[in-house]
Amino acid sequence: MPRKEITSGNWAFAEAMRQIDPDVVAAYPITPSTDIIMKFAEFVADGKVETNFVTVESEHSAITACVTASAAGARVMTASSANGVALMHEIFPIAGCFRTPIVFGLVNRSVGAPINIHCDHSDSMAQRDYGWIHLYCEDAQEAYDSAIMAVRLSENDDILTPVFVCQDGFITSHGFEPVEYMDDDTVKTFVGERQAVNALLDVDNPVSYGSFAMSEYYFEIKRQQIEAHKKALELYEGIAREFESISGRYYPMIDCYRTEDAEHVIVVMSSASGAVKDVVDEMRDKGHKVGCLRIRMFRPFPVKAVAAALKGKKAVAVLDRCLSIGGTAPLVAEIRSALYGAGETIPVNSCIYGLGGRDFFPQYAEDIFMDLINGINTPEERYIGLLE
Amino acid sequence: MSIKIKDVIHKESPMTQGHRMCPGCGAPTAVHQGLMGIDHPLVVINATGCLEVSTTVYPFSAWRVPWIHTAFENAGAGAAGVEAAYQALKKKGKIDKEIKFVAFGGDGGTYDIGLQSLSGALERGHDFTYICYNNQGYMNTGAQRSSATPKGANATTSPAGSVIPGKLQKPKDLTSIAAAHHIPYVAQTTLHNYMDVASKVKKAIETPGPAFVNILVPCVLFWRIDPALQGDICKKAADTRFWPIYEVIDGEWKLSYKPKKRVPVEEFLKPQGRYSHLFKGERSKALLEQAQADVEKDWEYILDRCGETWEPAE
Ligand SMILES: Cc1ncc(C[n+]2csc(CCOP(=O)(O)OP(=O)(O)O)c2C)c(N)n1
Ligand code: SF4
Ligand SMILES: [Mg+2]
Repeated sequence: MPRKEITSGNWAFAEAMRQIDPDVVAAYPITPSTDIIMKFAEFVADGKVETNFVTVESEHSAITACVTASAAGARVMTASSANGVALMHEIFPIAGCFRTPIVFGLVNRSVGAPINIHCDHSDSMAQRDYGWIHLYCEDAQEAYDSAIMAVRLSENDDILTPVFVCQDGFITSHGFEPVEYMDDDTVKTFVGERQAVNALLDVDNPVSYGSFAMSEYYFEIKRQQIEAHKKALELYEGIAREFESISGRYYPMIDCYRTEDAEHVIVVMSSASGAVKDVVDEMRDKGHKVGCLRIRMFRPFPVKAVAAALKGKKAVAVLDRCLSIGGTAPLVAEIRSALYGAGETIPVNSCIYGLGGRDFFPQYAEDIFMDLINGINTPEERYIGLLE
Repeated sequence: MSIKIKDVIHKESPMTQGHRMCPGCGAPTAVHQGLMGIDHPLVVINATGCLEVSTTVYPFSAWRVPWIHTAFENAGAGAAGVEAAYQALKKKGKIDKEIKFVAFGGDGGTYDIGLQSLSGALERGHDFTYICYNNQGYMNTGAQRSSATPKGANATTSPAGSVIPGKLQKPKDLTSIAAAHHIPYVAQTTLHNYMDVASKVKKAIETPGPAFVNILVPCVLFWRIDPALQGDICKKAADTRFWPIYEVIDGEWKLSYKPKKRVPVEEFLKPQGRYSHLFKGERSKALLEQAQADVEKDWEYILDRCGETWEPAE
């Protein structure tokens, strides 16, 4: 029987880990993801999981051990944030290229300086090009559900790609809200047992991981990762529908909230979509045709679905919780690229918000919608909630 | 645990011939000698460095056993991950074989950038063996100094110039640092006697828990020696006491080799191009005296740790 609990995003993710019961977890504490591994450590101490929990001395070692444990044939999970994620940077592309499944609870936090423990997406966005699947969750329920779905996505033979399950630091990770947990058996049946291919521990069929490949081969190996990402786009829907059949909850790659007949749309990721959706409802009541497009899957980027969702709109505003200093913020760059590729030339406004945990108030969303409605479009980046 | 040469002579090494390391390189010799007495199935974890690069030039691999390399500074953590997976899968009954795990790292990947990862893995008690093939510098990137590079050596980032006579600092004593983790087995050796290498590595691998073996190996390009003199130069390292041969078993230090005679360290230094500047010019005498004094001091330390005395024949 499913059960409901008032819990946090971190504890919900940890509960998913308990139910998945991975073979190996190698992790290192950092705010705001620490709760995940502390809760998991309790599960280990109380014998509620069989996991070999490796309390490494750094995030670099955490991700290294995850990669080699996965290559060995184990089911592997971990969690981190911010500087921890930055310290792992070197190893992420190796995990991607080795095609080692890992489910990673990434609790988004700004990357200093200034040092700051609160949410923005600069930690995960700096890892966007390294061959990992990125899922961004709106709330604790989605973080829990995504952890479970991600096992299937990551370990799928045609995908074999590590997955970041991102949730907003503090906002989601430490906020308490009702979450519906499935029963253990349902989760265990859904995730099954890992059937590893080319496992390092298959000593009768020795393989070499991490060879030295020069210009004659490197490009083709990268190409295989591109194909795996395409497969992830293709196979995601089936896994999401299967998940729906056990949970009653369906998570498409992009979450189109009242966008179908909308004229103006805000595009956003993760928890801020909650405020935007409320504002959409209020403005709809006042007769404005507005909508919210939440990008859940950022890698592989669902170009076609996004272009289809925004086609024919009068104007859109894209909210990035991350900078690309001196360039174009990551989400808006994707949206512009997707629309350009589809021959759409509608105004796409870039709005930076929420850096270092700066609050995002519903009023901001309303102001942005009103600007769109009033035809105020700017080619320059705008800064939402910034004190000038 | 003893090894009979007739039992191992026809055994295939876990690493094939035909790799791309330089003729005379000590690293592949350390692999062959070290692993020749092992009967268990092995998984090898390799840090970035000459051994890694030259044995796995895609699409080839010189490794007959499962092998993994991720990066430079993390062979300890890499071994920890594979071993953790093994323990987990064994507990679940998915694996029944008795598999052993051996990490190879160069001195750069071990003394320097990988020290933290190694220390973490030793502290956590993973059942694996870490072998540092120590050629005393960063060879893969062109003979730069590491913290294993001896004082006075001419390395490309501590060149012997007209003012500075090569590297100024003594190397760190990594074997003692490993021993300070109070792990079950630590050893230091060189390619002076293949049975010594084979038996130390066998002990390391067969001892449950973490083990560390530091093997001094020549790099023919950095040391600038005749490739045919690989064994010879290693013997000189042992005979001059430049590189003491010992093991630390459950905290007990044991000297493995006491040279019969007092051989001046010059005999080890002289055949190597990296020390040629020590034999020229007016500072030569002082530099060589200093080198000998350093050897004596380090030897005293080892004798003391091992509770030994040494009376060389004159
Ligand atoms: C993080 C990082 N820094 C630097 C390098 C460049 N690098 C590759 S191998 C190497 C030196 C290796 O030295 P050592 O560990 O002694 O092995 P050897 O090449 O001597 O066998 C260096 C500096 C790297 N690969 N990764
Ligand atoms: S450069 Fe030195 S360490 Fe590297 S393969 Fe050649 S001899 Fe061996
Ligand atoms: Mg070296």
